[in-house]
Amino acid sequence: MAEEKKPLDWNTAEEKKLELRLGLPGEGEDWSPSPEKGKKFTPLEASLSLGHVSKVPRSNNFTASPATKREAFQQPKQLEFMQLQKAKEKACDGLLQNSSHASRIAATPVVGWPPIRSFRKNLAGAPQLSTESPNESSKAAKKPENERKSLFVKINMDGIPIGRKVDIKAYDSYDKLSLAVDELFQGLMAAQMDPLALGTPKISQEKQVITGLLDGTGEFTLAYEDNEGDRMLVGDVPWDMFVFTAKRLRVLKSSNLSTSSLGAVSRKRSNGS
Amino acid sequence: MVGRFRWAAMFPDEVWEHVFSFLTSDADRNAAALVCRNWNRIERRSRKRVFVGNCYSVAPTVAVRLFPEVRAAVIKGKPHFADFNLVPSDWGGGAEAWVEAMAEGWPNLEELRFKRMVVSDDCLDLIARSFKNFKVLSLVSCDGFSTSGLAAIAANCRNLRELNLRESEVEETCLNWISHFPESCTSLVALDIACLEGEVNASILERLISRCSNIMTLRLNHSVPLERLVGLLQRAPQLMDLGTGKFSARHNPQLFSRLESAIAGCKNLRNLSGFWEPGLTYLPAVYSICEGLTSLNLNYATIQNPELVKLISRCKNLRRLLVMDLIEDSGLVAVASSCKLLQELRVFPSDPYDAAEPVSLTEQGLVAVSAGCPMLHSVLYFCRQMTNAALLTVAKNRPNLTCFRLCIIEPRTPDYVTQEPLDTGFSAIVESCKDLRRLSVSGLLTDLVFKSIGASANYLEMLSIAFAGDGDMGLHYILSGCKNLRKLEIRDCPFGDKPLLQNASKLETMRSLWMSSCSVTLGACRQLARAMPRLNVEVINESGRGPLVAQPDNCPVEKLYIYRTIAGPRTDTPQCVWTI
Repeated sequence: MAEEKKPLDWNTAEEKKLELRLGLPGEGEDWSPSPEKGKKFTPLEASLSLGHVSKVPRSNNFTASPATKREAFQQPKQLEFMQLQKAKEKACDGLLQNSSHASRIAATPVVGWPPIRSFRKNLAGAPQLSTESPNESSKAAKKPENERKSLFVKINMDGIPIGRKVDIKAYDSYDKLSLAVDELFQGLMAAQMDPLALGTPKISQEKQVITGLLDGTGEFTLAYEDNEGDRMLVGDVPWDMFVFTAKRLRVLKSSNLSTSSLGAVSRKRSNGS
Repeated sequence: MVGRFRWAAMFPDEVWEHVFSFLTSDADRNAAALVCRNWNRIERRSRKRVFVGNCYSVAPTVAVRLFPEVRAAVIKGKPHFADFNLVPSDWGGGAEAWVEAMAEGWPNLEELRFKRMVVSDDCLDLIARSFKNFKVLSLVSCDGFSTSGLAAIAANCRNLRELNLRESEVEETCLNWISHFPESCTSLVALDIACLEGEVNASILERLISRCSNIMTLRLNHSVPLERLVGLLQRAPQLMDLGTGKFSARHNPQLFSRLESAIAGCKNLRNLSGFWEPGLTYLPAVYSICEGLTSLNLNYATIQNPELVKLISRCKNLRRLLVMDLIEDSGLVAVASSCKLLQELRVFPSDPYDAAEPVSLTEQGLVAVSAGCPMLHSVLYFCRQMTNAALLTVAKNRPNLTCFRLCIIEPRTPDYVTQEPLDTGFSAIVESCKDLRRLSVSGLLTDLVFKSIGASANYLEMLSIAFAGDGDMGLHYILSGCKNLRKLEIRDCPFGDKPLLQNASKLETMRSLWMSSCSVTLGACRQLARAMPRLNVEVINESGRGPLVAQPDNCPVEKLYIYRTIAGPRTDTPQCVWTI
């Protein structure tokens, strides 16, 4: 290749820096999210919807984009991005308004950043909007129309040492979640009762169906820990809000319940959630 | 062989084999293999250890055929950024092909080490049945298997010495897999099960440890309570490497003194880790062995000051310290004065997302350690602010740095005092630290820093870049410089087609290149793939736009993974990955 070592023209780069462009400074990179991508927020989107002011004043010497080819599809992308972002605002507004922790989210909600392993995110107890599920990307690819990605939260059950993970975004109602929880733990409960059935749940056991998780009638009750660390009974808030704020689930023995340890005082369920 | 060395050609192969056996590093053996055809043949036929940095760089059957006497293999799979969920989970890195080929061609295999590979239970089963003298299984950052697979290993590998599952994701399907170690198993030397999420039966573990009198490394998971740790330590006082289980319990003076004396009884303890869910009450129980420690790993331990500093300052012989930023600047100042032999420091963020109440860990801590620890050569540091001045000081203090990874948590953060980019600071690092092998940059950076890196980082092997640079020149500086670059990983930078195409031949001298959320187009990938048949150019597009074959040249590429290979395009790509 004859032109291998020919350096790019710096002057063009300088000129490009002074160009007026759409979007906030620093948004020259390909940050624009398409709904299919796993990103729920970008700092730009969060800034515009929350009035967040960046803590760090951004200097101007990095908005250059000398490659003209890139420019060609970058400008339309900016426009597209602004439109997308408005649409997203509308969609997300409901959720954002419900959450008092939007300002926390605005910090660095970028996929895979900072570069720490998933386990460390759990340790921090931080709002896990960049999902800890490694299946996030492939699932998103299969459902481009909506913003669905998985949200795996840990679920433990009283008396069972092994915890599980459940994708609460896979359900759209409390009833479905309750059924799923029942399925998840039935096998484990059976194995626990019969130690000889190690790892072979196929041996037909008397299946102990777990019912009444949501209305206090069963032997067990489903509770969750929200993003403020409070223990709540599952079923008290609208489903969407539950999905947004639930960080961990727990299946408690109903006899162990004490209202003082739970955030929700009333056991009244919201209808049709 | 010619001239004066003709006499050497008369030596039988066995003599050269014996000579080569003194070459311990892969690099030396590789060099010997290039001297002449004879040496090439003798060397590869007698090679006992093989390292495959990219599992797709060579076909497993070919590797097995070329090196028939291998006893120990290391195979690595997914790109490093898979650790941070940037690589689709079905991307690849499956171990089946390798295990099958090895089972066929290396029946005497003794050691197998996988990193970032997807290892199924079937693989583990095959391993357990195929190698009669199997001794070491190490699965680091792997997934795809469950405790059922581990049960097979435990049951069938009669001479198992080491089972290491560091940072792997393991499904819990078999409740008591540890019980599958037969009573006759006495060979275990190292057991690292810290990553397991489920409960491990401490009684069974205790019996296992009792009969393995050579056990040196034992890293427990969070489920093992403090009470049981006492019993384990009493049965294995010869331990050199301990990872505790849960490090808290109700206040109990008897338990404390039993723990204290059990730990004190482990006079050979050099490495300490674990401390899951730590409470403060029992920390002093480890004080007695602190002075003997050379490695302390508190990277998942949420202990705060002053207890944290109290613990670390007793470890006067520490070479390696992993800790959370709860140590704060003041703690690092104490480390700088107490741990004079420190060689490696890693500081992790305790709360990576919520900056509402940040810990007081700044550039000051790093500067203090760089000044006080003359043997410090490896640094990984997460913080929220940095200055060029601090980096210049670090560069001046520690020209012996070989690994410098700085992660300023907020992307594009400038020098907080001058508001300038951190170009000068990082340039100072690469110019001063002539032996730098690994570098990660962060903060606000222009193309200028890459000019310095390209020009000065002559021994740099791995470079990680995120949210940096102005344009194509940045990448061009790197690819046209950095003579020894092996791995380059880039995300969210405005680097496009030109530097890739201009430096295509450079890519064949490297192991791999990862670029995501940059400005590369499909057209450039096509050109590159056409020009460089010994590169696999993999494009990953997860947004379901349809088959890439139909897309135009200006279609933007989300994620790009390029690696050199003699195996041609791989056959196990998932839907979202296309080899161009």
